[in-house]
Amino acid sequence: MEAINKESALQRLKSYRKHPLSAILFLLVVISAVITLTVLIALIAYILIKGIPNLSPELFEWEYTTENVSMMPAIINTLIITALSLLFALPVGICSAIYLVEYAKRGNKLVSIVRITTETLSGIPSIVYGLFGYLFFNIFLEWSYTILGGALTLAIMILPLIMRTTEEALIAVPDLYREGSFGLGAGKLRTVFRIVLPSAIPGILAGVILAVGRIVGETAALLYPAGTATKVADGLMSSGRTLAVHMYALLNEGLYMDQAYATAVVLLVVVIGINALSGLIAKKVGVKD
Amino acid sequence: MKEGVMKVVFLLAACMSILAVALICIFLFANGVPAIHKIGITEFLFGQTWKPSNNIYGIFPMIIGSIYVTAGAVIIGVPMGILCAIFLARFCPDKLYKIVKPAVSLLAGIPSIVYGFFGLVVIVPIMQDLTGTNGKGILTASILLGIMILPTVIGVSESAIRAVPNSYYEGSLALGATHERSVFFAVMPAAKQGILAGVILGVGRAIGETMAVIMVASNNTVMPKSIFSGVRTLTANIVMEMGYATDLHREALLGTGVVLFVFILIINLSFSALKRRNH
Repeated sequence: MEAINKESALQRLKSYRKHPLSAILFLLVVISAVITLTVLIALIAYILIKGIPNLSPELFEWEYTTENVSMMPAIINTLIITALSLLFALPVGICSAIYLVEYAKRGNKLVSIVRITTETLSGIPSIVYGLFGYLFFNIFLEWSYTILGGALTLAIMILPLIMRTTEEALIAVPDLYREGSFGLGAGKLRTVFRIVLPSAIPGILAGVILAVGRIVGETAALLYPAGTATKVADGLMSSGRTLAVHMYALLNEGLYMDQAYATAVVLLVVVIGINALSGLIAKKVGVKD
Repeated sequence: MKEGVMKVVFLLAACMSILAVALICIFLFANGVPAIHKIGITEFLFGQTWKPSNNIYGIFPMIIGSIYVTAGAVIIGVPMGILCAIFLARFCPDKLYKIVKPAVSLLAGIPSIVYGFFGLVVIVPIMQDLTGTNGKGILTASILLGIMILPTVIGVSESAIRAVPNSYYEGSLALGATHERSVFFAVMPAAKQGILAGVILGVGRAIGETMAVIMVASNNTVMPKSIFSGVRTLTANIVMEMGYATDLHREALLGTGVVLFVFILIINLSFSALKRRNH
């Protein structure tokens, strides 16, 4: 690792002969890394190899029928629910991050409570969110299965993620920017919106992308608030299944294994794309610093 | 004027997460606790039969199921995750790191339904061949969950290991220890608490996981007899029956949610406490 500690492979091998424990530990570490990578590669390869031949054009037709369980309506519903959830979660998440970073004083009691609650929120499993969404929207407000209820449930779920990434992005903005803006006579609000927020956008964007990934992959939190209707939702108050819920429904019915493979491929490709994108943005942010 | 208004807006936004947690707690407890009372706390928590058709609601098999499956996931996932974190933090050449690190975060990003599907079509048949059972059960679910908690354990452990001052490692090297010995016996003890936090987070993930477990655990409500027998977890119980349950049956499912939520709150609080002690 360090230059002083450089040794040739042969030297290393010799040293391992003298220290069998070290050799064993080295092997264990390498083996577990190899296993982790192998599992990931096996999972992706298996689903792609078995799934891609099942990706027929019929699966992308507009109408879902029992003969052709098209995933197109589910894809459109996924887009709608993603957009809706972000619409609710982004303003709240960004504003609360602004409060925490720009306004709150050090040692503020409220801040520590907010931190504890966001930590709690990020630890709550999706099935509990689903149960809450069902209790609140379907039972208490007496909505039937609605994509609005689903989107609101997911908005709460991604709120801590948006808050944390925005906070980090805001903290990363150098104080010089703020001081410069104040020095030129701008007020606090103008400084936040014109100077601090624009420079934090790449970081916020990386958080948004991660949130999109969570929304797209979510099943348990959507099943009860949003239901499993197979059509494109005709309004905010009608039911609709997202792609992940669609896949669960296919597996549950047990008749459409091939189509489930195809859906898995689409989900996997979206997730890999999202990961690559957020990695790319993170790298860009890193270069800027 | 505008400044003051916006400050209040920001403040209100910050309070939204408090409101969300409060709402979740209120709705879950207000709906679930009366149900538990109606059934009877001991009958509900320690009853060994779950027969909604006969109005018998004992969730003990599910509690045990969740605990077994989570314990299995920890046994499989934690050692591997920690070793993998050591690899990333202390053994991995820079070039390789650029491949392995994104791979681990991809592992975290894969939806649980896809994991469940993978478990169903790959791990279950393998277990069928190996054990001669139907392939679904505690062991299969534990393996799948062990894989799923890997990225959590790896991520938190790696940053804990990296946070240890390099002087520990250098000092150990200077005393003549090998690279491996220095990492395992000088650096690792110092990273212990951070790693423990990662493990707790992993436990939370495992106990709350639903969609993947439901695919591979066979979901029968009897007490499990061996690691090959099928189990139903608390999460699976909710998802499977919520769709058609009515009256007391539905309330019993909400009670199941409360029990799960209490588990999660305990895990979360111990994670937060540990994290705060580290800083």
